[in-house]
Amino acid sequence: MSGHEDPRVPGDRTGTDDEELDLAAPETRASGRHMAIGVPTARSADFGGSVRRLAQLLLAQRGTLLAILFTAVGGAVLNVLGPRILGRATDTIIEGVVGDGIDFDRLHGTLLQATALYLTSTALSIGTSWLLAGVVQRLMYDLRNRAEAKVHALPLSYIDKQARGDLLSRVTNDLDNLAQSLQQTLSQMLISVLLLVGVAGMMFAISPLLALVTLTTVPASIWVMRYVAKRARPKFIAQWSSTGSLNAHVEETFTGHALVKAYGRQPEVEARFRETNDRLFEASFGAQFMSSLMQPATMFLGNVQYVLVAVVGGMRVASGAVTVGEVQAFIQYSRQFSFPLTQLASVMNIFQSGIASLERILELLDAEEQEPDAEAAPHPAPVRGRVEFRDVSFSYDPDRPLIEGLSLVAEPGQTVAIVGPTGAGKTTLVNLLMRFYEIDGGSITLDGQDIRSIPRRQLRSSVGMVLQDTWLFGGTIRDNIAYGNPAATEEEILDAARATYVDRFVHSLPDGYDTVIDEEGENISAGQKQLLTIARAFLADPTILILDEATSSVDTRTEVLIQEAMNALRANRTSFVIAHRLSTIRHADVILVMEAGRIVEQGTHDELLERGGAYARLYNSQFAGAMLDVDVDLV
Amino acid sequence: MLSRVLRTHLAPYRRTLLAVVAFQTIQVVAALTLPALTSRIIDRGVLPGDVGYIRRDGAVMLALSFVQGFFAIAAVRFGARAAMGFGREVRSSLFHRVTSFSAREVAQFGAPSLITRITNDVQQVQMLVVMACTMAVAAPITLVVGLFMANREDAGLSWVLVFAIPIAGVVLGTIVSQMVPAFRRVQELIDQVNRILREQITGIRVVRAFVREPEETRRFERANEDLTRVSLRAGRLMSAMFPTANLLINLASVAVIWVGADRIGDADLQVGSLVAYLSYLVQILMSVVLATFMLSMIPRAAVAAGRIQEVLDTETSVVLPAAPVTVQPAPGTLEMRDVGFHYPGAEHPVLTGVSFRTGRGQTTAIVGSTGAGKTTLAGLIPRLFDATSGQVLVGGVDVRELHPDILWSTIGYVPQKPFLFSGTVASNLAFGKPDATEDEMWEALEVAQAADFVRAMPGGLHARIEQGGTNVSGGQRQRLSIARALVRKPDIYVFDDSFSALDLLTDARLRAALEPYTRDAAVVIVAQRVSTIVDADEIIVLEDGLVHGQGTHDELLATCPTYEEIVQSQMGERGAA
Repeated sequence: MSGHEDPRVPGDRTGTDDEELDLAAPETRASGRHMAIGVPTARSADFGGSVRRLAQLLLAQRGTLLAILFTAVGGAVLNVLGPRILGRATDTIIEGVVGDGIDFDRLHGTLLQATALYLTSTALSIGTSWLLAGVVQRLMYDLRNRAEAKVHALPLSYIDKQARGDLLSRVTNDLDNLAQSLQQTLSQMLISVLLLVGVAGMMFAISPLLALVTLTTVPASIWVMRYVAKRARPKFIAQWSSTGSLNAHVEETFTGHALVKAYGRQPEVEARFRETNDRLFEASFGAQFMSSLMQPATMFLGNVQYVLVAVVGGMRVASGAVTVGEVQAFIQYSRQFSFPLTQLASVMNIFQSGIASLERILELLDAEEQEPDAEAAPHPAPVRGRVEFRDVSFSYDPDRPLIEGLSLVAEPGQTVAIVGPTGAGKTTLVNLLMRFYEIDGGSITLDGQDIRSIPRRQLRSSVGMVLQDTWLFGGTIRDNIAYGNPAATEEEILDAARATYVDRFVHSLPDGYDTVIDEEGENISAGQKQLLTIARAFLADPTILILDEATSSVDTRTEVLIQEAMNALRANRTSFVIAHRLSTIRHADVILVMEAGRIVEQGTHDELLERGGAYARLYNSQFAGAMLDVDVDLV
Repeated sequence: MLSRVLRTHLAPYRRTLLAVVAFQTIQVVAALTLPALTSRIIDRGVLPGDVGYIRRDGAVMLALSFVQGFFAIAAVRFGARAAMGFGREVRSSLFHRVTSFSAREVAQFGAPSLITRITNDVQQVQMLVVMACTMAVAAPITLVVGLFMANREDAGLSWVLVFAIPIAGVVLGTIVSQMVPAFRRVQELIDQVNRILREQITGIRVVRAFVREPEETRRFERANEDLTRVSLRAGRLMSAMFPTANLLINLASVAVIWVGADRIGDADLQVGSLVAYLSYLVQILMSVVLATFMLSMIPRAAVAAGRIQEVLDTETSVVLPAAPVTVQPAPGTLEMRDVGFHYPGAEHPVLTGVSFRTGRGQTTAIVGSTGAGKTTLAGLIPRLFDATSGQVLVGGVDVRELHPDILWSTIGYVPQKPFLFSGTVASNLAFGKPDATEDEMWEALEVAQAADFVRAMPGGLHARIEQGGTNVSGGQRQRLSIARALVRKPDIYVFDDSFSALDLLTDARLRAALEPYTRDAAVVIVAQRVSTIVDADEIIVLEDGLVHGQGTHDELLATCPTYEEIVQSQMGERGAA
C-alpha cells in the first residue's frame, strides 16, 4: 500500500488500473455497461443511496484511505488524551492549594508532556487532511474526465433534447460545488467521528456515570440532525435544480439578446427571470436556514450537556467520587464531544448540497450511451466511397415518422445533390450517414459494408462535413483550419486557406492567421466563419464529402470562387450536396428531390427538367418574376 | 469593487442585518456567561460541597442556554434571508443591466461571459455573504465580549492572550496569504475547464464529424490536470489550517495553566476562574480562526465582485431619450442620413456615409460581400446599435429621440440567425405581438410558408419548441422567425438575410405572399440572392462599409461594376435554363 500513501499527481496515470474508479451503480453494472434502448437506468434517488455511491467512488482509492485511517485514528487518540493530561495538571494545582503548595516540577512535566502530545496530534491531523485533499482532488479529476468522456459517448439525441444551459450547469456548477463540498467536509467528518468515539471512550474511563450524563443529549442531537437534514434535502435539490433552470433562462435570453431588444420584450423576459430568481431565492433561503439551524441547535444541546456535567460533576466531587481535575477534564471532554457534533452538523449542509450536485452529475453519467462501436477491422481497405441507403426508415419522435423506405445509391466519385423543401429530411440524411442518429430500419452501407459494423471514428474520418451551423472553437484561425487535420503542415494549411478564399480575408485581419476567434466568433462575419469551416473540411481531405447548405451565408461572388475550389475538392470524392442555390448542384451526377421524408424524383438535371415535375417547378421558381427581365438584359 | 457590490445590494436588508447583529450579540453574551457561571459553581458549589448552590446555578445556566439557542437560531434565520436576498438582488440587477445593453455591449463581453458572471460569479460573492451573515458576524462580537469577560475573570492571565491572539493571526494569516493566490488560480482554471466543456457541447457535431474526440479529450485532460494540480495545492494549504488553529488553542491552554498555577500558588487566582478562563480562551481563539478563514474568502469573492461590477458599470451605448417623442410625424418612413458606425478602438469603420430614404410600399435592398457591414446597417434601425455619425430617422424622427416602445412596435426585425425561444409555436409568435389572435398567427404563418408544417406538428400552434428551436429544421426556424415579425404588422420590416436557409421554391412563394402583406409598409432587405431583390425600389451596394452603388437594378447594372459582378456570379444558375 506504500505506493498509495502519497496521492498521485494526476499527470501520473500509470498503474492506476487497479484503482480505476467505478462509477456505475451496482444495478447498472449488473446489466452491463450499455443498456438496452428504452430501459431507464435504475438509480436510487435517496440520500443514502447517493452517499453509498460516493463511498463506492472513494473506495477506489482504498490504499490512501487506509493510510488516512491510520493517521486519523492516531491523531484522534492523542487529541483525546490531551484534556486528560491537562486535567491531571489541574489536580496537581488543587492538591497543592489544599495541601502544602503546588508541586511545580510535576506540573511543568505534565504540561510539557501535553505540549508534545498536541504537537504530534497536530502533525497527524495535518497528514490526514493532506492525504484526503489528494483523494478528493483525484476523485474530482476522474469525475470531470468521466463527464467529458460522457459528452462524447452520449447519443446526439440526448444532447439535442437537453436544455444546453442545464447540461452545462451539471458539468460546471455542479462539479465545482461537489469539489468544494467534499474538500471542506470529508476530513472534518472523518476527524469528528473519530473524536466522538475517542472522547466517549475516555469519558467512560474516567467516570461511567458522568459519561452517561453527557451522552443523554446524544440521541437528541442525532434526532435534531436527522430532522433538519431530512427537511433541508429537498430544499438543496430544489436549489440546484432552480440554479439549472435559471442558467437555462439566462443562456436563452442572452443568446437571443438582439431579438429581445428589437421586439422590446425586456419586461417579459425580466418578469420570467424574476420568477425563476424568486424560486431560486426561496429554495436557497430554505436550504441555508435549515442547514444553518443545525449548528445553533447542536450548540444548544451542547450547552445543556455542559450544564448537566457541571451540576452532576459538582455533586459527585462534593460526595468525593471524582476529583475536580477530573470534572475539569470532563467539562473539556463534553466540549470536545459537542464540538465535533456541532462541526458534523454544520458540515452536513455543505455535504448535502454536494450530494445534491453529485446526484445531478450521476444522472448525466448514468445516461444511456450510444450503442457500442463495432470491432475495427484489422486492416481496413481504403474507402472507395460507394454509399447506399436501402429501405431506410427513421424518426426523431416515434409518433411522427419522418423517413420511410428511402433508398439511394451514390457511386464512388459521384456528386449526389439533395434538394427539396425545408423540413423534407435532407439534413436528417446527413445525421444518419454520419451515425449522429441511428436508423430505425433498413440499412446504410459504405462500400457494401453496413455502417453499423464500422467503428464510428473510422466511418467519420472518411467523411468530411461542412454544415450550415458554423462552429469554431476559441483559438487562432490557423488552429481552427488545422482542426480538420491536426497533422497538417503550415504549407498545407495555407494551401487550404488559399483554395477556399480564407487567405483573402485573413490578410485584412490585424493578426492574420494568429487572430484569435473569441468564444462566439463575434469578431468575424458569418460568411467568413463559413469559409473557415470549408477550409477545415478541405484540409481533412476526406473520401466522402457532405456539404449541407455550406454556402448559404457566403455572398454569391465569394461563392462562385468557393464553387471552383469545391469542384476541385469534389473530384474523385463521393459528395452529398444539400443546397438551395441550384448552381451548386446543376452538375451533380444524381439529383434527389425529397419531400416529406421520401425521394419523389431522382435523375440528372436535364432529365429532371424534361420530366417537368417537382424539380422543374423548383428550378423555375428562382427565375420567376423579374429575373426574366435580367435574362433579357444580360444574354 | 467588493464593498460596492455589497453596499448596493445589501442595502434593502439593512434592517435584517441589524437584527442579525443584535441577535448574535445576545447569543454571544449568553454563551460567554456560561463559563463564568461554571467557575462560580466550582468555587462556591463544588469545592465547599454546597449541592443546593450547584442546583440553583445549574437552573440559571440551563435558562441561559435556552436564551442563547433561541437567539442563535433567530440570527441564523435572518442572516440566511439577507444573504440569499443579496444573491437575488445582484442577479436581478445584472439581468436588468444586460437586457438594457445594446448588441454592441453584448458583443463586447460575449454572451458566455455574461452568463458566467450572472451565475458563477454571483455564487462566489453570495457564498461569502452567507458565511458572513450566518457565522462570521459572531466572531468580532465573541472577540470583544470574550476579552471583556476573560479580563474580568483574571486580568493577570491576559498577557497570554496578548501573545496568543497576534500569534494566531500571523500564523493563520500566513497560511491564508498562500491560499489566496492559489484559489485565484483555481478559479481561472475552473473557468478554462468550463470553457472547453462549453465548446465541446456546442460544437458536438463538428467534433464528432472530424473524429476529434481523442484530441478534445486530451485538451480537456490537460486543463483538468492543471486544475487538479493547483486545487491540490490549495486544498493542502487549507488542510493545514484547522489543525494549526487547534494546536494554537491547545498550546495557549497549556500556557494559561502554566501561568495560572503560579497565580494560584500566590493566591491571586481561584481554581474555578482558571477553568472559566480556559473556556474563554477557546472561544476567543476560535473567533480569530473564523475571522481569518472568512478573510481568506474575500480575495476570491473580490475577483468575482469586480467582474460583476464591470457589467453593472457598463452603460448601454443605446441611451433612452430623456424626453421621448411618442408621435411620428411621418409614420411608415425610414431615412438614413450619412450614417457611419465604428467600434470604439477599431481601426476601420464598419460603415461610412450611408444615406437613403424609403416609405410605405417601398422596398430597399442591401447587397454586398460578407463582412461589408450589411448586418450592422440593418441593426441600426431597431437600435441594436446606435450610429456613431449621421442619423437614422424612423417616421421622420431620429431613432434616438423616439420612445423605444414606439420604435420597436414600428419595426418587424428578422435576424440573420433565426432564433426561437423555448415554449410553443404560439408563444414564439406572440413574442412579436403579445395579444395576437390565433387567426392572426395563422395568417402570418401562411405568408411565411410555415402554416403547413406547423399544422403537421403535434399540437399545431401549441407544439413545443425546445430551447434554441433545435427540434425544427433550420429552414423551419427561419420561417417561424419571419412569421414572428409578420404577426405584428409593423410599419417597417427589416429582413437581415432572412431567406438564406429557404429553398428557392419556398423563397419564391414566400416573397409572392409577402408582397401584398407588406404593401403598406417600408421593407428593408439584406440579401445575397439577386432574385430576392431585383424588384426593389432601391438597391444599395455595400463594400467594406462604403456605398459602391445605389439605384434600381437596371441603373446599377449600367453604372456599378461591383453590382454587375454580383449579378454575374449568380447567372450561372440561369445559364442552363
